[in-house]
Amino acid sequence: MKWDEFFVTGDPLIYGAMVSIVVVSLAILITLAVTKRFGWLWNEWLTTVDHKRIGIMYILAALLMLFRGGVDALMMRLQLATPDMTFLASQHYNEVFSTHGTIMILFMAMPFVLGMMNIVVPLQIGARDVAFPVLNAISFWLFFAGAMLFNLSFIIGGSPDAGWSAYFPLASNEFSASVGHNYYSIALQLSGLGTLMTGINFIVTIIKMRAPGMKLWKMPMFTWATLITCIIILFAFPAFTVALAQMMFDRLFGTQFFSMSNGGMDMLWANNFWIWGHPEVYIVILPAFGIFSDVISTFARRNIYGYKSMVFSMFAISILSFLVWAHHFYTMGHSAAVNNVFSIATMAIAVPTGIKIFNWLFTLYKGKIVFPTAMLYSLAFIPIFTIGGVTGVMLAMASADYQYHNTMFLVAHFHYVLIPGTVFGMLAGVYYWFPKIFGFRLNEKIGKISFWLIAIFFNVTFLPLFYLGLDGMARRMYTYSEATGYGPLNLVSSIGAIFLATGFALIFYNVIYSMLKSPRDLHADPWDGRTLEWSIPSPAPFYNFAVTPTVQSEEPLWDYKKKGIPIYRDKIKPIHMPSNSGKPVIMGVLFFLWGFCMVFSWWIPSIIFGAAVFIVMATRSFERDDGYHVPVDEVIATENMLRGENQ
Amino acid sequence: MKKFWLSLTVSLMALAGLSGCNAITVLNPKGPQAEIQSDTIIFSMYVMAGILLIVYVLFIYMIVKYRAKNQPINYEPPYIKGNKWLEIIWTAIPIMIVIVLSVVTVKTTFQVESTPAGHENDEPLVIYAASSNWKWHFSYPEQGIETVNYVNIPTDRAVEFKLYSYGPITSFWIPQLAGQKYAMSDMVTTLHLAANEEGDYFGRNANFSGEGFAQMEFICEAMSEDDFNEWVNEVQTTADPLTEDEFDQLLDTEYMGIATYSSTHLDFRPAPVWPFHQPEEDGDSNTGTDGHNH
Repeated sequence: MKWDEFFVTGDPLIYGAMVSIVVVSLAILITLAVTKRFGWLWNEWLTTVDHKRIGIMYILAALLMLFRGGVDALMMRLQLATPDMTFLASQHYNEVFSTHGTIMILFMAMPFVLGMMNIVVPLQIGARDVAFPVLNAISFWLFFAGAMLFNLSFIIGGSPDAGWSAYFPLASNEFSASVGHNYYSIALQLSGLGTLMTGINFIVTIIKMRAPGMKLWKMPMFTWATLITCIIILFAFPAFTVALAQMMFDRLFGTQFFSMSNGGMDMLWANNFWIWGHPEVYIVILPAFGIFSDVISTFARRNIYGYKSMVFSMFAISILSFLVWAHHFYTMGHSAAVNNVFSIATMAIAVPTGIKIFNWLFTLYKGKIVFPTAMLYSLAFIPIFTIGGVTGVMLAMASADYQYHNTMFLVAHFHYVLIPGTVFGMLAGVYYWFPKIFGFRLNEKIGKISFWLIAIFFNVTFLPLFYLGLDGMARRMYTYSEATGYGPLNLVSSIGAIFLATGFALIFYNVIYSMLKSPRDLHADPWDGRTLEWSIPSPAPFYNFAVTPTVQSEEPLWDYKKKGIPIYRDKIKPIHMPSNSGKPVIMGVLFFLWGFCMVFSWWIPSIIFGAAVFIVMATRSFERDDGYHVPVDEVIATENMLRGENQ
Repeated sequence: MKKFWLSLTVSLMALAGLSGCNAITVLNPKGPQAEIQSDTIIFSMYVMAGILLIVYVLFIYMIVKYRAKNQPINYEPPYIKGNKWLEIIWTAIPIMIVIVLSVVTVKTTFQVESTPAGHENDEPLVIYAASSNWKWHFSYPEQGIETVNYVNIPTDRAVEFKLYSYGPITSFWIPQLAGQKYAMSDMVTTLHLAANEEGDYFGRNANFSGEGFAQMEFICEAMSEDDFNEWVNEVQTTADPLTEDEFDQLLDTEYMGIATYSSTHLDFRPAPVWPFHQPEEDGDSNTGTDGHNH
């Protein structure tokens, strides 16, 4: 292979990206070297098994990927702003929308969700870490290896170019000759394995590690959402693992699962992909639902309305999510009867979702609503997401879907679900739990400005696409002629996208601004919260709870504040904590190298790196490390320091 | 905030209201199948507008009435577990809405998946539409003619498009006549439509299929039965036949304008046969699974 085939060449935008990646990497290395921070980075972050730090790393990665996916989105909007635009060539545009979708779902939404679970769930259930802390670190590094591998594709070898759903035969060697889809199959496989492990880890954590007295029916809503999400992960991700393995075998080893000859079947890929792909939508939306429930309840100063029906709705959604995958391809030629079954199952999801919407609305009833940024996102979610929901029901009607399928109407619909759902949910979560982790709040004024920019210009960007879809504009077209009449609304959408991006940029600005300027004199309970995480000092100490809490209701802290029911009854005892481990990050690096060699079919090195992964696993299994105990004196000193400074 | 949501609602209603005028392709049908779909879409829009209205009214009511500013300073919100009757209501009403929509969906899906209403007893015109690279091949087995990147159909007659692909999955779509259907390499799918009015209708591949996807458009011209027969006659007598070599060259060509031939590729390159159907003897049938005689 020649160097000019190895690196992607010929596009000034990509040269620019290469230069900026090199510059930023050098800058980071030099900063670390000058400040002598390598030891700190290794000891405090790379080898950590602390769920809070792993959560922070997930969210940092998610924000990085939000930036990458956002730049992709802006490039697409620029290319579509006017008819016959020549900013991107067809092939480049195809790669950009393919990576935009893949990155936003798998490397932005997923780590955001997993990061939130990591940070919040142990704090909400009164645990000191997750059930398997080292496994948790491995999950993160697998995800990160996958994310970096996938992102490498656009400078080395070429990006996937068949859409995020990578339909065969378009994604086969015959029609997509670059290594782009090798990257896709291996990078998604790595991070998918990480996700599956996280799913198992959190199911065990939630089932086994709740504080005494916290029955399942007394768990906070976000913990419920996480439990149900992890059950979906457990059933959905193995299907994706199989599909991706088949894809890898087709592309690297000449099997014929999805090929056009020898009995291969392109429809098999579509089915396998969406059997995972549809539940995946709920994997990223249910945790957001959980966050909205907790945030709305806190800032309406009221308990969540219809607690049990909220939980049952989530269970109903999780079951139905596995019964609707074929609605992604009504047009594939199954009989009307088959389509009707999937139509009805899909529309049925509207019922539990509707119940949840009304429960949120009635949580506001007789409340005393205040509007910090976290609450603004949670409230804006209701009206905007409902548009996404009702258009989802419209799309569910098979006969009508033949006209919406593959059009901008669909694009508008899923952005109306994923942005007010997942993205608003995660942003609400960031604003809400930020002080618990860092000991200071994000600036509310900047937060509100960016909220309004995002909430308004989201609609300016995506509302026109409903109309364009009904007017016959297919999705994934890199250009259109003036005669189609699609120009003006596309321009409106592109202008909206610029302001929408400004809103997101302000969030990055807010984090930096608040780090420098925000007052640190924060109290354990800045929002007048109701659940356990607000009963411990901010920032939360590494052992979370000095004393194991005892719980009597679903709002233990509220009960303590209003009725004086104590949460902490024991004396401080030595705390058993897991030791840091370097093996997860080493495994992550080895998996990355293995994956990279697999992408280019370099068999010998990939066998070596693959074997090395197993060697690390083997050494881990012979390791005897039962963790360590934090002595009582140290716990008391830490508590006094944190509470003394902050109260 | 209130004003903003209000304007959003109004613009959505406007979108729904526009359905009456003829500006929007999908809502400006020219055939029975597209008309059913357009009616279904408009009906569902009204239902959805109603749902949005209820949610928005409740939402605005709640956030205005119960904001802290409008409450006494020492007001303590009560603990409310839920209300059985309210919860039954907002479970039952959506279920009823879903039932209504399901009935509509089932009925209309069967309708658009069968011969267009009013043409049940006619012999439909069968046209094979195959995609290769970024173009469409249309074969008329009955008439023994073939075209590339344009298709002519008679008005007021049921047309059955038999779809397949020489490559990636594509989706055959003439929005003003009917919804889309995939064309795939391993089986033949069927799209039913009919045109009520003469005219040129825009058609395209709607499923992303690679570099030339955006340009993968064609024109479907609906003409009177007489004009159609005259055109067929003209093609049969004036156009050159399509040879196997020529067809192979055509398949390799990435982009091209229109072309017309007086024979079809089905004679030497039959449409794919779905593996699980009873396989027909090789060369026995030249029109694929359905084996139309001509």
